[in-house]
Amino acid sequence: MKLHEYQSKQIFAKYGIPIPKGRVAATATEARQIAEELGGRVVVKSQVLVGGRGKAGGIRLARSAKEAEEVATQILSMEIKGLPVRKVLVDSAANIEQEIYLGITNDRAARRPVFMASAAGGVEIEEVARTNPEKIIKVHIDPLLGLRDYQARDIAIGIDLPKEYWKQFGDICRGLWRAYMECDATLAEINPLVILKEKSLMALDGKMLVDDNALFRHPDLAEMRDVDEEDVAETEARKYGLSFIKLDGNIGCMVNGAGLAMTTMDIVKLFGGEPANFLDIGGGAGADKVAAAMRIILSDKNVKAILFNVFGGITRCDEVAKGILVALKEVKPTIPMVVRLVGTNAEEGRKLLADAHMITAETLADAAKKSVAAAKA
Amino acid sequence: MSILVDRNTRLLVQGITGNEGLFHTQQMLAYGTKVVAGTRPGKGGEWVLDGKVPVFDSCKAAVEATGANTSIIFVAATFAPDAIFEAADAGIPFIVCITEGVAVQDMMRVREYLDQKQVRLLGPNCPGLLTPSEAKVGIIPGDIAIPGNIGVVSRSGTLTYEVLYALKLVGMGATTCVGIGGDPINGTNFIDCLSMFEDDPRTEKVVMIGEIGGTDEEKAAQFIASKMTKPVVSFIAGQTAPPGKRMGHAGAIIEGGSGTAADKVKALEAAGVKVAKHPEEIPSLLK
Repeated sequence: MKLHEYQSKQIFAKYGIPIPKGRVAATATEARQIAEELGGRVVVKSQVLVGGRGKAGGIRLARSAKEAEEVATQILSMEIKGLPVRKVLVDSAANIEQEIYLGITNDRAARRPVFMASAAGGVEIEEVARTNPEKIIKVHIDPLLGLRDYQARDIAIGIDLPKEYWKQFGDICRGLWRAYMECDATLAEINPLVILKEKSLMALDGKMLVDDNALFRHPDLAEMRDVDEEDVAETEARKYGLSFIKLDGNIGCMVNGAGLAMTTMDIVKLFGGEPANFLDIGGGAGADKVAAAMRIILSDKNVKAILFNVFGGITRCDEVAKGILVALKEVKPTIPMVVRLVGTNAEEGRKLLADAHMITAETLADAAKKSVAAAKA
Repeated sequence: MSILVDRNTRLLVQGITGNEGLFHTQQMLAYGTKVVAGTRPGKGGEWVLDGKVPVFDSCKAAVEATGANTSIIFVAATFAPDAIFEAADAGIPFIVCITEGVAVQDMMRVREYLDQKQVRLLGPNCPGLLTPSEAKVGIIPGDIAIPGNIGVVSRSGTLTYEVLYALKLVGMGATTCVGIGGDPINGTNFIDCLSMFEDDPRTEKVVMIGEIGGTDEEKAAQFIASKMTKPVVSFIAGQTAPPGKRMGHAGAIIEGGSGTAADKVKALEAAGVKVAKHPEEIPSLLK
């Protein structure tokens, strides 16, 4: 789950990391009020869950409250990478001397958290990693020991941070580490962390990703999810415990198991079709889940055919067939459907669907070919 | 011969009284696996499945009473990390965690701890493993595979069943089929299994089923090129997966341009591995 900049920075502040004064606004009038309260120059920043906001013109400086209102009006009418801007953060502008990058992420290959820092902050770290990898300092953390003080010092030395900032930088590293640990983040990033002309450090921007699998112990974070920024169908699918991702094709796919769902998409493409979605109904899916999955697939008007591919293990094919029948009665789809049932109770499942006017297939390749043909017909 | 599980496996089921635990214990017993004990704190002293399996309050008590040497975990994701620690501390050398949805920071701590104790973990978020006609430890349907000379290792569940089934249809069987699971941080990886298959005298060929996300397939390719004498056939799922989206499995995501199916296929082909275009092509590539 992605958190907005303003949410991430509020969390950082709780862990003692200095952030600019500011608040979030949903209208230009509110933005003006916040700017008046803050006084002086402000930065108006679009709050959307994509990168590259600055380049798109979604982050702008305003010298007065009136200008803040004008800028907020423009930004609130923008779309950035297809996402409409619904909120802006109005922050006091900072006097920047230097920009630093500081972040923690999970190093999958090392199976450990890794601190990354660079004296070249402000730009995307992926870009630095590509062009100047030697400019990024990496320090792996033992997950059982946590961040040690000497490691924070190693990072400061590694990015040539002047000595007078080491103590404050250490505090910020420890704060970021605790935020990352205690929120079960998969990424906690300050970019940029700036050295102010006033000779102290401040987190001007923040980004956090939280592990969906850990949300059970963070009800407060779970509430921060911004469903406005998600695909409606993906939100609906999550409600039913389905894993769904919309794609651009016209063949809807309903499959049990993530690997098999990906494979089904791939094989549709291999035989000349385009998959409309990834959909995993999961293990042991019953009739209600299957019906919900079918409604979600059919809510996409591009879908010209549906392919059901179920390899019964824990999931029983007769249960899936019952779900299909429930959904058929309810949704009354007019598009062709190809069904392949193999494994546990496949025979019973096929019998249940005998009168449902569905195209049946034996093998995966056969099912893919038939659905591609059906979508073209 | 086989790897990891066989007739000598004495299995402990953690979470044996839950729906899934009970159902799959029944299936494993029916297959012939020696399920010697189960645990469920608070239900120690009871028996399940018509008196076939005794229940204990703790792993320690179960191991002391029955000599269990392998454990399988069916408890909810919230409690799974603790179940793994408990099994490891009870001296069980091989732990299989079926549970899906374990938090990744928990897994980093689990891996660190188990590595220090030299305990092997399979999973989490995996279907377990099957040595046809000897032992089934997990949820892979027993009837879709026959004994043979092919080692199978996979990050997926049902996709693996497809492959086993396709092999069975042409009369090909497996020595052992291992599902390593779809999480970004897990216990046993491809290289561990490839290395065990290389050393297993009965395994003659290996099938490796990968998917998008991470770089484990690329590392496996290096291992195959430098260390393996047995032929490997592969399939990689997720050719059509868009970047930045988690495809069901927590670990199946293309991040920052890394972890694409195309990269993995390229690395494997460079290592002399035949990569199937779709799973049903695998049996013909093994011939």
